[in-house]
Amino acid sequence: MRITVGMGSCGIAAGASEIYKLLEENEAGVKVTGCIGMCYLEPVVNIYNGAEEKVFVKVDKKGAEEILKLIKGEENSADEYAASREDIELLSAQPRIALQNCGMINPESIDEYIEKDGYKAARKCINEMTPEDVIAELKTSGLSGRGGAGFPTWFKWQAARDSEGEQKYVICNADEGDPGAFMDRAVIEGDPHALIEGIMIAAYAIGAGEGIVYVRAEYPLAIVRLEKALEQAREKGLLGENIFDSGFSFDIRIKAGAGAFVCGEETALIASLEGERGMPRLKPPFPAQKGYWGKPSNINNVETYANVPWIIRNGGAAFCAIGTENSKGTKVFALTGKIAKGGLVEVPMGKTIRDVVYGVGGGIKDGKAFKAVQVGGPSGGCIPAELIDTVIDYRTLAETGAIMGSGGMVVMDETTCMVDMARFFLDFTCKESCGKCVHCRIGNVRMLEILERICNGEGQSGDTQLLSELAAQIKDGSLCALGQTAPNPVLTAIRYFSNEFEDHIEHKKCTACQCKPLLTYEVDNEKCTGCTLCAKKCPADAISGELKKPHIIDNAKCIKCGKCADACRFRAIKVS
Amino acid sequence: MNCNCNAHQEPRSENLSVDAGLIEQELIKYADIKGGLITVLQKAQETYGWLPSDLLEYIAGRMGVGLAKVIGVVTFYTQFRTKPVGKNLILLCQGTACHVNGSSDIEEAIRDYLEVEEGEISENGLFTYNNVACLGCCSLSPAMMVGGKTYGNLTKESTVKILKEIEKESSR
Ligand SMILES: Cc1cc2nc3c(=O)[nH]c(=O)nc-3n(C[C@H](O)[C@H](O)[C@H](O)COP(=O)(O)O)c2cc1C
Ligand code: FES
Repeated sequence: MRITVGMGSCGIAAGASEIYKLLEENEAGVKVTGCIGMCYLEPVVNIYNGAEEKVFVKVDKKGAEEILKLIKGEENSADEYAASREDIELLSAQPRIALQNCGMINPESIDEYIEKDGYKAARKCINEMTPEDVIAELKTSGLSGRGGAGFPTWFKWQAARDSEGEQKYVICNADEGDPGAFMDRAVIEGDPHALIEGIMIAAYAIGAGEGIVYVRAEYPLAIVRLEKALEQAREKGLLGENIFDSGFSFDIRIKAGAGAFVCGEETALIASLEGERGMPRLKPPFPAQKGYWGKPSNINNVETYANVPWIIRNGGAAFCAIGTENSKGTKVFALTGKIAKGGLVEVPMGKTIRDVVYGVGGGIKDGKAFKAVQVGGPSGGCIPAELIDTVIDYRTLAETGAIMGSGGMVVMDETTCMVDMARFFLDFTCKESCGKCVHCRIGNVRMLEILERICNGEGQSGDTQLLSELAAQIKDGSLCALGQTAPNPVLTAIRYFSNEFEDHIEHKKCTACQCKPLLTYEVDNEKCTGCTLCAKKCPADAISGELKKPHIIDNAKCIKCGKCADACRFRAIKVS
Repeated sequence: MNCNCNAHQEPRSENLSVDAGLIEQELIKYADIKGGLITVLQKAQETYGWLPSDLLEYIAGRMGVGLAKVIGVVTFYTQFRTKPVGKNLILLCQGTACHVNGSSDIEEAIRDYLEVEEGEISENGLFTYNNVACLGCCSLSPAMMVGGKTYGNLTKESTVKILKEIEKESSR
């Protein structure tokens, strides 16, 4: 019998460590595993008994005790924690390539990875294939970069291979800057050896002797797990000198980032690796020609590398058979926000947004109405409810004004204000702009000021047009994709939610009740018991009334802080 | 013309506000490795909790780079702090998923409870909070991290409760 506890960062935050400890103290053979993707059901415990698998979800202390009883032979004892058939089916319906072993194996054990055919692909490449063969296989697969731009992977490898130079580097971009995305974290925490194997194969293909993984500073657990995995790979001779007796030598090291979104951009990432401020530079020369320390370097995203071993084992054609005309394979999405079943999902390209949000994601939380889904993060845009049947594919997503991006999918409902979201993203890019280009550095701030005044009820007619004009200039005048795409969230918001802009600007109303300065607070006389709590909490002395009599809010004095509504135990404060 | 700011004086560790001996190993290791500046600064911050200006000057001298370059790097990356922080650093997520699920309310609760603004130390010296963009636990949004531990599905009430618990533990 094998028992696993899902211990990704998300599982641990949901209390998995405690459950693990409880089980482990009382039972041998309890193992750690990564995130299986069902974050909404965490902590998750799996019991494998021969071919039989049982899944227990939302396991708390009592659940752990019940599971222990079950293991001791008390049948049905943990039934109330068993995962529903529906949830299991949602999971098993997903084709798993990049997330193949996540949540299945112990990420801290190289032997478990090897048991799942691990390092077979690397051995096959290094012992049986020429670098050209490897690149040809990738070309057949149609794999394109999962970091955002979707550039064909084989092409980058070929370019780095063709570049002159004794010393070459492979770099893995694990900066995962899109706030709301955590696919790369899950892969590193859940299946670090798949990443290592993918990087090894890339190194062999382009002729690199050293690899570097640039990991986001906020991911301490990922760094620990990757460090352990590297150590184990070295012990087994899978990294180091003369791998598989082939004469090929290669090793990988980790560099922790220091918190700058722009360092996800490849030339900025290289500058950061060199110990400098992470400022992007003009391309060409591309990293494949002049990268880390001026040497030919290949940069790929974590998920891109994680797909590679599968492709080598199963053949490029098998990968190419999945997906659409111009997007092959699967894509992992981090499904978050107002979604009922948030977590990580891997879907074949060509599914629709509806399939993801309503199929895998179980629809909107608390039965509210679906408004939009944000894809592509600060470089992407909002896709509105009416386009819910948009197919997931690099081209069709770009046509909506959003982009595929790295895989963050933040779902929004009727209580999300789209003007506020536009403001939110611009606030983010303003803080993260490196300051090199005037348009990005100053233009975005001007756009932000306009959005802030709209949210504050001081919008002027013509503001949306002014935003669009500024956006066009920022796109033209910025060197890197950060500036070139920064206006996208605003432009899609204006395109699909012009009614909300109009409400804010012309009618000084926020229908989603998010922009506080636009709200009015009123006492519902029927519900008010006259407890005086709101009057005590009000920092502006705007509420008056006698004990046990309905109170009154003086709107002229009200500073719209919302403290009265928070304090009221009778829901007697109406917000509109 | 070359800048000669550091040319005449040997970097001295005696009168520094912190014990530079604690990062001596890194300084030796990275003095000759190109591109090691960020790693040294990360180690220094891990050791002292923040980066005092006299230490930056010392590091610049030891690494053989100008102070301007060191300060340029320190101010570029949000991870580096040039002010001391409270005993417990709260990293409050303001990423997209957390924003959608109400992280600004959580910030208000923290601010009201601690009576500080972002980056300041609370009166009892126990807390500082900083806003960050995504902790990678978006499925549990809104989320925050305190001392390496992540707390998810926060509400105003649960946040204050967590802070109170940490307070209790810290004063033991
Ligand atoms: C502002 C900005 C941020 C980026 N952040 C990331 C990131 O966090 N992770 C990532 O893999 N790629 C990121 N990219 C894309 C990279 O520049 C690069 O295209 C990618 O790492 C290449 O790998 P791929 O071909 O495997 O996608 C970012 C690009 C820009 C312009
Ligand atoms: S957005 Fe808050 S943890 Fe990702």
